Amino acid sequence: MQLQNKKKAKEAISNSNLLFLISMIIFIVMYVFAILRFPSSFLQFQTFFDLFSLNAPLIILTLGMSIVMIGGGIDISVGAVTGLVTMGCAVLLESKTGTVGSTMLLAVAIGLGFGLLQGFMIAYLEIQPFIITLAGMFLANGLLTTIHKDPINVTYEPFVALRDYNIIIPFLGNHNRLGNFIPLQIKIGAVVVFVLIVILVMMMNWSRLGRNLYAIGGNSQSALMLGINVKKTKFISYLISGLLSGIAGLVYLMNTGAGNVGNAAGFEMKAIAASIIGGTMLTGGVGNLLGSPVGALTLLTINELIRAAGVNSNYQAILSGFLLYIFIVMQSAVVWLRSRGTFKLAILRR
Amino acid sequence: MSMLRIKGHGTHLMLPLSVLMILIVINLMKGADYFSITVINGALYGNIPNILFGAAELVIISIGMTLVTAASRGQDISVGVSGAITSAVFVQVVLNAGNSGPITWFTILTGFLASCLVGILIGAFNGSLVAIFKVQPMVATLILFTAGRSIAFLIDGKLSPVLANELISRIGGVIPGIPIQTPILLTGMFIIIMALVMKITNLKLYTEAVGINEGVARLNGINPILIKFTNYIILGVCTAVAGFIAVSKAGRHDSVNLLKFIEMDAILAVAIGGNALSGGTFSIAGSIIGAYTIEVLNRTLLRLEIGTETIKAFKAVFIIILMIIASPVIRTYTRKLVRRTRISPERTKEVSDAITK
Repeated sequence: MQLQNKKKAKEAISNSNLLFLISMIIFIVMYVFAILRFPSSFLQFQTFFDLFSLNAPLIILTLGMSIVMIGGGIDISVGAVTGLVTMGCAVLLESKTGTVGSTMLLAVAIGLGFGLLQGFMIAYLEIQPFIITLAGMFLANGLLTTIHKDPINVTYEPFVALRDYNIIIPFLGNHNRLGNFIPLQIKIGAVVVFVLIVILVMMMNWSRLGRNLYAIGGNSQSALMLGINVKKTKFISYLISGLLSGIAGLVYLMNTGAGNVGNAAGFEMKAIAASIIGGTMLTGGVGNLLGSPVGALTLLTINELIRAAGVNSNYQAILSGFLLYIFIVMQSAVVWLRSRGTFKLAILRR
Repeated sequence: MSMLRIKGHGTHLMLPLSVLMILIVINLMKGADYFSITVINGALYGNIPNILFGAAELVIISIGMTLVTAASRGQDISVGVSGAITSAVFVQVVLNAGNSGPITWFTILTGFLASCLVGILIGAFNGSLVAIFKVQPMVATLILFTAGRSIAFLIDGKLSPVLANELISRIGGVIPGIPIQTPILLTGMFIIIMALVMKITNLKLYTEAVGINEGVARLNGINPILIKFTNYIILGVCTAVAGFIAVSKAGRHDSVNLLKFIEMDAILAVAIGGNALSGGTFSIAGSIIGAYTIEVLNRTLLRLEIGTETIKAFKAVFIIILMIIASPVIRTYTRKLVRRTRISPERTKEVSDAITK
């Protein structure tokens, strides 16, 4: 009897992990396809790590979005806050008074400020998250245009040095066309992404806060009855999201080196799409945080593939929409089949 | 958890109406000529007609958004994109007809019906995802949101085709002999049709039932899939009408900027109108007033000569204040406060009676 129970527990795989597995498989299939189609570029380590380096802000935002979505909420202000941070930091650096340290402080402060405001109103005043974060988006957009309207280039030397700094890993690399060995170069943004992924995944999987978030997203009523402080946990999830958008803004500025009105515009929807592809469900309580970078990378690989194929950029949007469609339908079909109990993963059966 | 409680009849309209009143008072303080209406070329112009004219698309889309929100407990974020696609079809039909002969009312009607058909198809696409595949609405409509503007561009074939035509400009402006601008009339007609549909059919009741509890609705013999699907198709038609009006106003089809960000405003209108974004009972009248409130707010900020770059920040602050006032926590608190002050005279009388006895 006990043995049977044990066997059953082995068989059961949670929805979070199943969806993560699917997104992982899709990413691998996509990347293998990319390698087969364009072996010269996608086989290089540099290309893979460039995905991290160049799109670090999006991946960071996706992490924050997934955390909020697991807690059963949504935060659509992240893109605008990121834009505001880039502009604020650029203005500060160009005003001859800012240093790299104070810029970092400012970025974190703006992000935390928005997280604090939105988190308080959503968690403690029980206002619908969509509306409040929409207002936050408007606010960040308005402040951004109020601070400065024209593109502003950062020429502050320590920051430029930081921007151009590459971490060189000599043992990974590729030979270029002339046969010279070029070591792998990684931007600081990619390192920030790796560190954040490790910290946040550990937090979501093993800390009390992370487990509480899953409980609240699954069913806030029963979480309340279990003695979880629902309001505080929700509040903290928005705070984390705000903080991450602040960091993302700083990383964005490190990538582009300029504050611009159009910076990070529309990133909130990209982050939501990446989260969904990564297996996080908008209803809350389901999702593996490791899936969010995978989801973002899937989306980015598609874009890279289309760019490499040299197709009209309009087809890029249409194809990403189409892939989103396939993925969403497949996700829902899998969850539905599982709920009927007719679908089991044969590989995971002992 | 977080939903606005709708209690009693008509009380949910208090919030949007009082906001509207405050905005109008602010406008009157700025200048007493706020309500003045002038007649130019036989048509009425002024602040009020301008508001009604400007909010036409938003009102129509927020009607559909209310239904979808109530039925599927989520929002459609592809409405602006959907309007861009349907109006692109309309423009193509009219331009193709214009190549072979003069454009008549009949060609415009054909184009409008074609765009409605496309709207229904888009609604069916979103609706099938939401109703049959049980995808959350925002996720399902994210697909079109991502791909839609590019589809509209492909239908156009080039950047912003121009609709230079007498009849189109009449639809976007004024028909000679009628003193009211045509978009206002079209909006009014649409509101009347929707009111009739709500009165005659049992759609409202069934939608609310599905929104409150899908399982219970199914056990009572309502088909939730059909109801959700119907509501998405209605929203599709709404976006087609809105796209038609928007493109007639502009006179050209700009697939990038047409109806941009209207989905956010429409959701906001639904929320300001006192509807819960988590589904259930709804009030279309509230959403309509909410939509007009947003338009009045935009125009008030312009009228107060606030710089265009700061407008969004002011709008955000306004929305935040509004939502704090309407939040359930504050509401229960004020209700308690009101009850306490109301009861206290009786209490004192009771106490004094007890003392005299």
